[in-house]
Amino acid sequence: MSGLQIVFLIVAVVTLFSGVMVVASRKMMHSALWLILTLLGVAILFATLQAGFFAIVQVLVYIGAISILIIFTLMLTRRVMDDEHPQVIKGWWLPAVMAVILFGLIAGFLATWEDFQVMLNELPADAENLAAFGSALVNPAGYVIPFEVASVLLLAALVGAIYIAVERKEKVG
Amino acid sequence: MSFWRDPIIFIIEWAKGLLAGIGWGPGWATIVGFVIGAFVLAAGAMFFVVFLIWYERKLIGRLQDRFGPNRLGPWGLFQPIADMLKIFTKELITPSGVDWIAYNLAPVLSVAAVLMMWAVTPFSKTFFGVNISVGILFLIAVGGLGEVGIILAGWGSNNKYALVGALRAVAQLCSYEVPFVISALVPVMLTGSMSLVDIVEAQNPWYILVAPAAALVFFIASVAETGRAPFDLAEAESEIVAGYNVEYSGLKFGMFFVGEFLHAFTASFIFVTVFLGGWRGPGADQIPVLGLVYFMIKTFIVYFALILFRGTNPRFRIDQMMDLNWKVLTPLSLVVIMVIALVDRLFASSADWLRTVILLAANLAILVVAERLIRRGVKTTRPEVGSRERPVASPDNLFIQPGSGAKG
Amino acid sequence: MLNDWLYVGVFALVSMFLPAAAISIAALLSPKKPNSIKNATYECGMEPVGPAWAQMKVQYYVFTLIFLVFDVEAVLLFPWAVAYKQLPLYAVVEAILFILILLGGLLYAWRKGALEWL
Repeated sequence: MSGLQIVFLIVAVVTLFSGVMVVASRKMMHSALWLILTLLGVAILFATLQAGFFAIVQVLVYIGAISILIIFTLMLTRRVMDDEHPQVIKGWWLPAVMAVILFGLIAGFLATWEDFQVMLNELPADAENLAAFGSALVNPAGYVIPFEVASVLLLAALVGAIYIAVERKEKVG
Repeated sequence: MSFWRDPIIFIIEWAKGLLAGIGWGPGWATIVGFVIGAFVLAAGAMFFVVFLIWYERKLIGRLQDRFGPNRLGPWGLFQPIADMLKIFTKELITPSGVDWIAYNLAPVLSVAAVLMMWAVTPFSKTFFGVNISVGILFLIAVGGLGEVGIILAGWGSNNKYALVGALRAVAQLCSYEVPFVISALVPVMLTGSMSLVDIVEAQNPWYILVAPAAALVFFIASVAETGRAPFDLAEAESEIVAGYNVEYSGLKFGMFFVGEFLHAFTASFIFVTVFLGGWRGPGADQIPVLGLVYFMIKTFIVYFALILFRGTNPRFRIDQMMDLNWKVLTPLSLVVIMVIALVDRLFASSADWLRTVILLAANLAILVVAERLIRRGVKTTRPEVGSRERPVASPDNLFIQPGSGAKG
Repeated sequence: MLNDWLYVGVFALVSMFLPAAAISIAALLSPKKPNSIKNATYECGMEPVGPAWAQMKVQYYVFTLIFLVFDVEAVLLFPWAVAYKQLPLYAVVEAILFILILLGGLLYAWRKGALEWL
């Protein structure tokens, strides 16, 4: 049991538990906070895979921006603080059984992969080559079209959200 | 001799030698070494805050034409220690209905977010926590964790005003992260690496002389990020009853306070690292402890400037703050990065000093144009309400009515 | 490289432990005399009415959304900035195009009045 495996186990358990609590919490604000913990767990998993840039981007964008957006959106809806519905639906055993079967199938298929038991090797120190990543992003033979399309997508998101929000302001105000 | 050149690293190596000598395996020795190193750095930061509080109080006092604390100890040096001891013994009143985890996690998270910034900054050529490849983005990311702490404080207090104050504070902090992140792209472009150690090592002329426009935007954005005056609407005593930390008492409130002072110092040394050359100075390459001295001097100069800002400027209103951010700083930072990218690439084959001069000229041109545009956009004329006639009393014109236009 | 991230993780735990330890010491040292008036929520001296929620303005949401878009844009620009020194001119022009598209979005938001704090 190397240190990396112990860290991975702890982080994975915490992440899965927080993920379950996101949907199982009574108060929506608690769900948002458990979501923050889940995203933090995913960031730590990225770090154990030595994708340092993605770990930091996960914290910066997901926790620093998207979680805050979700919390603000929660507060925009009025009846946010409590949830009067029953905690568990009537026929809960059927989805539980389906989830277990699905997990078993996926784990079984993964176990037939020959590298399933191989330990993760630590990459050499210069493996994280952000400069190569950057030049691939703007290389015409690389990812420049998704890069520019991403900017148009962001523009569309911005314009759409502003259109809806400003409409709402005119309706409310 | 090597002890005097670099005492900190000498001590660290000696301690590591001790640990290896005990005979543990390399893994455990590394982890224990990390824990002790982190502990020393973090505890050092927190004890350093005591000195920072004294410095600030004395300086603010002088700016307001009074002495700062001067009773306890020479020049009042023991005053913050006395304040800390007092705040340890105040009752921690927990209001009813609070969400226990959110309420208690908030001050811890606020301070932890600032402390983590100390892990990646190079204090001298050899003394830094860790040299991760994404240093500058790490600083911004842990700032985001501090915002989560503020939301927890506001929501966990079960108080409408705390919630409104927290939301406003987070809206302000979020907004000012945009020019912060975009102007942080400029040193990364000029260095070719995100690691703070590389950024300091590559600053042959300091980056403030190469890209002053980016430095200005970065500075203003980091002052706003720390939530200090003149951007302290969210937590000033007279606004929304002190904002998100209204329901905190005793050391929990003290922790928010400590976090804020530490954040101001941290913002100063981040600015020094990224734009003012960090530990660079004459002789700092051979004698690393000299690098630490230069770093401290530069940081204290920037911190002095921050305190001057606090003491002289009135507070911004929230809409003025948002206008400044979205209508001035963000377009300015985007234009700066576009111009620097283009100019640097067009003159890439010239000599280094020529490129530096051209970049400096381009930046100054941007600043001048921005100043003209801002001046045109700001409303400085106010409508005249009364007349400007000012009758002056003198024995000659006792019988002339004001406003009749007649002059005596 | 894993050692670096281990240090960051250890530092994060230590930096959360230190304030928590300080607050626990303060909790031990401080007097505890709760009474119902001290524990009441502070509302400028008046009695609080209704549960603690605040009427959210949609402005908070709009600002956070614009921040999110620019945050993602900056994150996409960081690898380009790291590779900047080795890139030819057309790559720089592509990134400038990227920034211009989003500057256009900011201009749209400005003209639509989404940047006003009302």
